[in-house]
Amino acid sequence: MSGKTVTRAQLGQAVYQEVGLSRNESAELLESVLAEMSSALARGETVKISSFGSFSVRQKGQRIGRNPKTGEEVPILPRKVLVFRPSQVLKSRINERMRPVVPPQE
Amino acid sequence: MTKSELIAWLAAANPHLYQRDVERIVTTIFDEITNALAVGDRVELRGFGAFSVKQRGARIGRNPRTGESVQVSEKFIPYFKTGKQIRDKLNSGS
Repeated sequence: MSGKTVTRAQLGQAVYQEVGLSRNESAELLESVLAEMSSALARGETVKISSFGSFSVRQKGQRIGRNPKTGEEVPILPRKVLVFRPSQVLKSRINERMRPVVPPQE
Repeated sequence: MTKSELIAWLAAANPHLYQRDVERIVTTIFDEITNALAVGDRVELRGFGAFSVKQRGARIGRNPRTGESVQVSEKFIPYFKTGKQIRDKLNSGS
């Protein structure tokens, strides 16, 4: 693992290099994609990106939590959470590169 | 929403772009995230969320049908942590 962090800047740069648009417009298009995905999720839609994964919204019910410092019981209100399910393709891409020398048994 | 619907939406919002360029833009974004994760990098998109790779250690699994023990080797899984902004957006409505 190289342990680097990739940010918007590098993703925008990749879009810039791939398509013949200005840096500025490339960055804006990246932003539009993220914003549109967020809006779809906020509407309760599932966002499915083939060979990458799917994002969906799950409703969580109320439960009793506890303040770990004071031991006090506090209700955790019902809320919506975003879950990402990676596709099989993404999972295998991650494992092929990071574990190149383990011959499969059997 | 699927990837093709996302592409169709982006194309409609940017009528000056060629359809094939819009497809390449969307594909490049997810390919870059995938490539970064494949070499063990993290991808952090403020407001949206962060993708990272987590390691699952080797363990002794069990075949649920036969009860037989099997060695499961270590593996890496992609993990997504939701960004604060999108988390708030999901819960602002109701």
